[in-house]
Amino acid sequence: MEAAAAADVLPSGSSQELHVLAVDDSYVDRKVIEKLLKISSCKVTAVESGARALQFLGLDGEKGSLGFDGLKVNLIMTDYSMPGMTGYELLKKIKRSSAFREIPVVIMSSENILTRIDSCLEEGAEEFLVKPVKLSDVRRLMKDCVMRGETEGNNAGRRVDKRKFEDDNHTSSLSSSSSLTPSPPSTTAPFGGDVATSELVSSSPPHSSKRAKLHDGD
Amino acid sequence: MERNPLRRQLQIMRKSLFDQGYLDEQFVQLEELQDDSNPNFVEEVVTLYYRDSARLILNIEQALERKPYNFHKLDAYMHQFKGSSSSIGAKKVKAESTLFREYCKSGNGEGCMRCFQQLKKEYATLRKKLEAYFQVARQAGPMETACRPK
Repeated sequence: MEAAAAADVLPSGSSQELHVLAVDDSYVDRKVIEKLLKISSCKVTAVESGARALQFLGLDGEKGSLGFDGLKVNLIMTDYSMPGMTGYELLKKIKRSSAFREIPVVIMSSENILTRIDSCLEEGAEEFLVKPVKLSDVRRLMKDCVMRGETEGNNAGRRVDKRKFEDDNHTSSLSSSSSLTPSPPSTTAPFGGDVATSELVSSSPPHSSKRAKLHDGD
Repeated sequence: MERNPLRRQLQIMRKSLFDQGYLDEQFVQLEELQDDSNPNFVEEVVTLYYRDSARLILNIEQALERKPYNFHKLDAYMHQFKGSSSSIGAKKVKAESTLFREYCKSGNGEGCMRCFQQLKKEYATLRKKLEAYFQVARQAGPMETACRPK
């Protein structure tokens, strides 16, 4: 229970390592994502299914998972296509739980399907990453998460801006580069997604370039 | 250019794997994750891939023995196989996987069968080449990969 005590005492998003829960049914992909995250100075828990992920979070309805949720999860990265519970279903469960809905969830998929991307973002996913996931994707995610964590501490200014934006424009049209295709570059339907994330990624459209690459290669 | 003959051989082998289209950029991504604390990471991932995907190959093989073909199932297996192949940068194998899936979608059993034979060939060829590559890599000892700045 020492881990639990540490997590209680230390503020999240300080100089502590981020704890990422990675969900993927592919053994190879789990190994790779684990390494990507460890190299980016994260603590990683990699599980093979949505069910296991819920179990880990203590959301599976089983009491007595006290030991597990002692270690706070800062980010969830899940594959989309998994047998049993898909990443999308996992996302919905997490976003509908009062305890865990604040945890950013990132969806990873080898298939670049716009309707899929849209549904995930609409359900509250932070980002939709096209597989295979690169080190640059993870680095960018870390920056976004750390910034989110820091709003509690140093970056009070940023937090205020974010709040203000949300209050003023709760249903504004947001462009998240995750949802953009190379052409047209215009924004699509409004998302209830996180404003801060869209602002942060708008400078470089990694997903657009990824998508372009897929169109060429695939 | 490497002075050490083993490392030079390794460089040449590596370049050839990319030039001949066996590997793509994702392999480089894996190399970037390799460091002193984990100097055989790439080899470990590739070994894991071949071990793990053997099961999928077998599943597909067995599914292709049952007529009429269950294209949905075949496609599902191949989707998984393609994903793993993509994760290690297996370019030719991935291309055959894509083709196989297209044949599944259009219900072309002959195409699936032909394509699968070709896929197995590419899969086996890549394995041999990577095994040889890693053998030299181990002999050469820890080295900076071509992508890291000197």
